[in-house]
Amino acid sequence: MICSSKILVLIATLVVPAALAAQDSPAYRPVTQERLLEPEPENWLMYRRTYDGWGYSPLEQIDTSNVASLAPLWTFSTSANEGHQSPPIVNDGIMFITTPGSRIIALDARTGNPLWRYVRDLPEDLQQLHPTNRGVALWQDKVYVATVDAFVVALEATTGEVVWEKAVEDYSVGYYMTMAPLAINGKIMVGVSGGEFGIRGFVTALDAESGDEVWKTYTIPGPGERGHKSWPGETWRTGGAPVWVTGTYDPKLNLTYWGTGNGGPWMGDARPGDNLYATSVIALDADSGKLRGHHQYHWNGSWDWDEVDPPMLLDVKRGSRTRKVLVHPGRNGYLWILERKKKAIRFIDAVPYVYQNAFTSIDAKTGRPSYDPEHTPGTGKSALTCPGVAGGKNWPPAAYNPKTGLLYIPANENTCSSLEGEEIEYRPGRRFTGVATGARRSGAAKKNKGGGSFFLREGWDHIGELQAWDLNAGKKVWTQEFELQLWGPVLTTGGGLVFMGGTSDRYFRAFDATTGDILWRQRTNSGITGVPSSYEIDGTQYVAVQSGWGVDAQRGTRAIDRFFGTKTYIPFGGVLWVFALPEAD
Amino acid sequence: MKPRDRRTLFKSTLAFLLGLRGVGRAHAQDEEAARKARPQEGDFLIYAFGDKQGETVRIADLEPNGEQVTCYAKDPNTGVVRDGSRLNQVLVLRFDPEELAEETRAVSAEGVVAYSGICTHTGCDISMWDDGTRYMLCSCHETEFDPRNSAVVISGPAPRRLPYLPLKQEDGTLIAAGSFSGKIRFQKEL
Repeated sequence: MICSSKILVLIATLVVPAALAAQDSPAYRPVTQERLLEPEPENWLMYRRTYDGWGYSPLEQIDTSNVASLAPLWTFSTSANEGHQSPPIVNDGIMFITTPGSRIIALDARTGNPLWRYVRDLPEDLQQLHPTNRGVALWQDKVYVATVDAFVVALEATTGEVVWEKAVEDYSVGYYMTMAPLAINGKIMVGVSGGEFGIRGFVTALDAESGDEVWKTYTIPGPGERGHKSWPGETWRTGGAPVWVTGTYDPKLNLTYWGTGNGGPWMGDARPGDNLYATSVIALDADSGKLRGHHQYHWNGSWDWDEVDPPMLLDVKRGSRTRKVLVHPGRNGYLWILERKKKAIRFIDAVPYVYQNAFTSIDAKTGRPSYDPEHTPGTGKSALTCPGVAGGKNWPPAAYNPKTGLLYIPANENTCSSLEGEEIEYRPGRRFTGVATGARRSGAAKKNKGGGSFFLREGWDHIGELQAWDLNAGKKVWTQEFELQLWGPVLTTGGGLVFMGGTSDRYFRAFDATTGDILWRQRTNSGITGVPSSYEIDGTQYVAVQSGWGVDAQRGTRAIDRFFGTKTYIPFGGVLWVFALPEAD
Repeated sequence: MKPRDRRTLFKSTLAFLLGLRGVGRAHAQDEEAARKARPQEGDFLIYAFGDKQGETVRIADLEPNGEQVTCYAKDPNTGVVRDGSRLNQVLVLRFDPEELAEETRAVSAEGVVAYSGICTHTGCDISMWDDGTRYMLCSCHETEFDPRNSAVVISGPAPRRLPYLPLKQEDGTLIAAGSFSGKIRFQKEL
């Protein structure tokens, strides 16, 4: 059922302001388009702070010379389990975090005093494949969250009072949302998850004031639309291509860029054709939602390589020319450089940043890869592919530092997966991946002693890598290795630092952005898959991150445990950590 | 007929029709409630999906040691199928009774066992199967449940076993001998 009513709002939500003792909450400055375009250095107003997706804070009080003395200032338990992935988003001293369950907590960013809390009463029959949330969007005096039951909710930023809520699709047939919405010029944009349930992906823009739909653009073209014929028969209706990470935005072109997930079912032979616009980046006009360009990273994929992480917007030199580009470290293991134009996206180059055995070549002009059949699974056909299903890099965002000119990629090297497809019938709301499990698998997968599809490459000596790339030179400058998997979103700062968690040993680390040396680390309550952010209040710089292992990182740990026969224990439960230099206390 | 009589007749007819409508609405509400209700003692089981959707499950048709079959319960008196909530899914599997744990055998019917189809972790469908281990797997996070032993958790994030549905058989069909052994609950409040 899709509905929107204030009665529902009253019944379905719980906002607890007074009980959380709002004391002298700082004044709230409305978030305008001008502020989103050029945010003050002290604030972190959106998922990656700026529309270009850099994940860069210009603050420089904490730097390479003093970061060793960085210390926890305060913590805040979120009362939630599962994957804590949202960045602390800060507007003039008021912080908003989200937790699994599509909850929001507003805090005084200096003291940690809670201001209000939004608890969503989720439907009784909701199933959660990805119990997480990646943060809020801010616009004027409101806060917006996309929910796991496929609603967008608008709340008053100072009180948490629900202003409106709008269902963008029907959760009971597999749609859900985990991304932070994107606010542009009075519109709140979101994409939908559900690629494992046979959804048809889309991005939609809602009016920030009313919640009314302004536009909706499907990632799979319908009949009569360009690209529709790349889907045979009725496969377009259930072909997936979800959009589950916040897009980026070029204000000069007025284009917003979104990454799309893989087609469904997972095996390409279940949907012969290129399957536009799955595993692509799409450029949408921010006013109308019209498709202005695309680039498909790989066609008719069979590897579960979502390419949902949107591209960063950068300037990169190629020869004597500086090009306006899109940069995407792909789940398919290639680092893609594309040129962004008003009505097109053009391929420039792509190089593997981890070992990849599925592509035999990349067309130099179009960027279209050719595949090695030996490493391409199919229905009833097992194939061992590297990188594994989690990819060379999954959703945790990379970061770019304009001072060092380096791109920082949280990568996983040496992983492989064995997949085999099986026929599957679509049933609304049920898993629609068509992948054989357990002993049904044949070949390599069956030989895996742990019974799972995860493998490590012969001769492996580590998995996680924080890589720093000079994109002008097209070269990797340094690599920091970690023994096991890495699920750490990256923050980089004007102080010449890179911050990242993501390892199962529960550490949050600071690296020298130029050399990659580890300069500081703090062990936390759980593993960190939260996006770190940095902000400043009254001359003090803070670094904040949520620690709370879960979702795909937890799944990855389990795969490793199966492979090695180990049993890794990573505690659950979310805690927000806020750090500063000692004199700030 | 006098105008007053006509008015009276009109009012009486209207009241009767409204009454009928009310009865109809109440009936619809009852039926909806029955559809949403969990399986009850005396219900029989029908196939939830596939070629046999809606047909009565017969023990002889269940493949021994085969993967779980998703069913719904049907009220034998009203004919209402309890498919009003996905939380009503019942999984049935057939084994050699000698292979079943004692506690499980006690609630089985000729080697057929029945469990809730909802994972106790985050409420996902238990729709995957490993025919090597003969464990049922959650479709989201791959918790493994052992159907021959009370659907206990073998591995994975689910915190507890699945509720069972006690069974008896009549003429080779499966009848619920009670309701689910526990509430269908999972980590909604994460």
